Amino acid sequence: MKKILVLYAHPAQRHSRVNSAMAARAQTLDDITFVDLYAEYPRFKIDVEREQQRLLQHDVIVLQFPMMWYSTPSLLKEWQDLVLEYGFAYGEGGDKLAGKTLALAISTGGSKDAFSTTGYQQHQLPDFLTPLRQTAHLCQLHCLPPYVLFGALSETNDADLNRHVDCYCQYLGGLRDQRLPADSIGTLPYFEAHQLTTLLETGA
Amino acid sequence: MTGVLLQAFIYLMAAVIAVPLAKRLGLGSVLGYLMAGIVIGPLLGFVGDETQEIQHVAEFGVVMMLFLVGLELEPRALWAMRHKLLGLGGLQVALTTAVITALAMALGQVWSISLAIGLVFSLSSTAIVLQSLNEKGWMKTDGGQSSFSVLLFQDIAVIPMLALIPLLALPELQEAAHSAGESHGSEMSLLTGLAGWQAAVVTLAAVAAVVVGGHFLSRPLFQFVALAKLREVFTAAALLLVIGIALLMSLVGLSPALGTFLAGVVLANSEFRHELESDIDPFKGLLLGLFFITVGAGINFDILFANVGTVLSLTITLIAIKAGVLLLLAKVFKLGKSDTWLFALSLAQAGEFGFVLLALTVQNSVIPAALADTLLLVVAFSMLLTPLLFICYEKFLLPRMETEQQSGNDAIPEKAKIIIAGTGRYGQIINRMLLSSGYETVVLDISAETIDRVARFGVQTYYGDAARPDLLHAAGLHEADMLIVAIDDRERTREIVQHARRERPDIHIVARAFDRLDVYKLFQDGANDIIRETFDSAVRAGRSALEGLNMHPFEAEKVVHAFVESDKSAMRQLAEVYDPEIPAHENTAYVELSKRVRDETETAVRSSQSANKGLVDRAWRPPASTDL
Repeated sequence: MKKILVLYAHPAQRHSRVNSAMAARAQTLDDITFVDLYAEYPRFKIDVEREQQRLLQHDVIVLQFPMMWYSTPSLLKEWQDLVLEYGFAYGEGGDKLAGKTLALAISTGGSKDAFSTTGYQQHQLPDFLTPLRQTAHLCQLHCLPPYVLFGALSETNDADLNRHVDCYCQYLGGLRDQRLPADSIGTLPYFEAHQLTTLLETGA
Repeated sequence: MTGVLLQAFIYLMAAVIAVPLAKRLGLGSVLGYLMAGIVIGPLLGFVGDETQEIQHVAEFGVVMMLFLVGLELEPRALWAMRHKLLGLGGLQVALTTAVITALAMALGQVWSISLAIGLVFSLSSTAIVLQSLNEKGWMKTDGGQSSFSVLLFQDIAVIPMLALIPLLALPELQEAAHSAGESHGSEMSLLTGLAGWQAAVVTLAAVAAVVVGGHFLSRPLFQFVALAKLREVFTAAALLLVIGIALLMSLVGLSPALGTFLAGVVLANSEFRHELESDIDPFKGLLLGLFFITVGAGINFDILFANVGTVLSLTITLIAIKAGVLLLLAKVFKLGKSDTWLFALSLAQAGEFGFVLLALTVQNSVIPAALADTLLLVVAFSMLLTPLLFICYEKFLLPRMETEQQSGNDAIPEKAKIIIAGTGRYGQIINRMLLSSGYETVVLDISAETIDRVARFGVQTYYGDAARPDLLHAAGLHEADMLIVAIDDRERTREIVQHARRERPDIHIVARAFDRLDVYKLFQDGANDIIRETFDSAVRAGRSALEGLNMHPFEAEKVVHAFVESDKSAMRQLAEVYDPEIPAHENTAYVELSKRVRDETETAVRSSQSANKGLVDRAWRPPASTDL
């Protein structure tokens, strides 16, 4: 069994539909540490020591956030800036995170169609995640493709939403119980709820 | 009684008219006093023989000045300048004495008279030089510090000189004195009838008493006095201290000026330093002024007119020789260009100790009285010319050299100096933050108990009422970069802010305000940052309440932000209708507007459902699904 740490970042949770529901359910799972960063650090005064300890105590770090202006919410960026210190996460002696896994759970406002070279976002979704992937690489973290919900604001009906939340919990459980086929997942650019069931079945 | 009043009236009147006039003309206060003395003495004849006696009293101003100089100088700083003190000072006295002695012998005087003249003229005027250096703000320059070192050494050197001069007595003059049957009342002394080693022990014990007593006894004494909370008693205690030490020193035959200087250095680290400074300062100023007046008034115009050529040429020769020696020393000690000239010109006169030594030489039959009278005029004249030399330096030499130096030197910004008034629960926090960020602070508090309490935790605080202008000045208002008023007395806070703003239009003032109305008043008084003392903690308590009611902490933070911002804007609006003449609750415009802005604040905080206007709701609000 792997130890799972979910770092959740959402600055306006009362406007949130998808992420709030995901967070509410994820917190009920056994043996998963769930952290609401905006609740712990509402004034952006991140306790670096404590955050680093948390990272050391877990095997898989899941970043859950709505994509905002092609990046993470600002507090999660602050968290990266402060916690992934030189000598801890990278650089000389900075191998404390080596071998751990980084997983991403992202929702986007834009539709799936928009994220293509011909869509209005002009790029594939993984292109926007290059900084995070490179961060993981520099920190010797194994980075999994993101679990994504497209069109979270307008296109998702309640059924889709529920399925996305259910599958999120299964995904976290799968990471915890090592039921995910790392090889077949690694080749995907990203995956959505409907793909997850298949992935879990092949892994089992 | 009337006679004393009349004299006091004449002296004060002369000072009150001449000094501001001299300052206005850019001549400095010292020259003003000297002129005043000349006018009321030799010129108009209002005062006469009594100037000699008054001068003895007025010399106490020098004693007080050295006490104040000592207060400014921590023991560590004194130790750091030991090389300058001994090297510069020692060489200056030795070389000047040698050159002048040689010249006097060349002019046909016997060696003993020549040596006495050399000793008298080697000294400079502590009173004029320090007063002028302080007035012009040159005390902290290299040249000023070097001058100060030399003056300090001279004050020490006077002691052996006083012992040496009687040994130079001329037999023929002594006989004349004896036959005239003069007997000088000997001064009271602890040393009468003691053997040499016993005298030495007593002398050392007295110095030790000043150092040890100053260090250990002064604190409980001043604490005790401060508890009475009567200002004049504290002033009395300060005077008692200075006079007591001066008395002790003269009883053992040491220079009172030196003794009080030592006491000043010992007390330089005391929390009562600024209070002592501001209490002694006016006495020092008046006595020194009086001293300068007596120098002017004491000039004997009859002798002067009889020998005007001799006196003038001697004075100019003296200044040239002294300046020459000083220039040489400045070269050896590698002073900067402008510092070299400041050093040389400032110390080129003879000093007030010259009067004392000359009187002694006549008493001890070292120098004939007629010659001494001429020499006395030379001393006075050289002192009279000193302010002119300072003006010469300031107006002609300094501007030229400053432009030369500007290209070479990088400006080193001096560390910001901060005065904090009040070290209670409020000021302490500010002080700790500033100290931990590496700033230097001067902390004042009116309560001796508080000072004692915080001292136990290692916080250095000075005793005194910051609402007193003189104390603020002693604490360094004129050089400070920032003043923080952290006391909990609304009226005093305003007095301090008003005074500081008047004196220093450029200083940054952070003020603690009691409430909203206080903020308006302090704003009008000119404070830069005005902090309501309970506002921030109340806001934090409100935030805790919201969090306790299970509001998401980041939402609570947004509410706080919205509330604080709209409250600030409300304050700005209300400040405009606030009228200090009308109580706020009777000011209709104020009451109406405050009702309106309060409602506005509430809407600003509460989420507005209709539009993206509410400060809280606006943040990270996604487009509605219908907009997409």
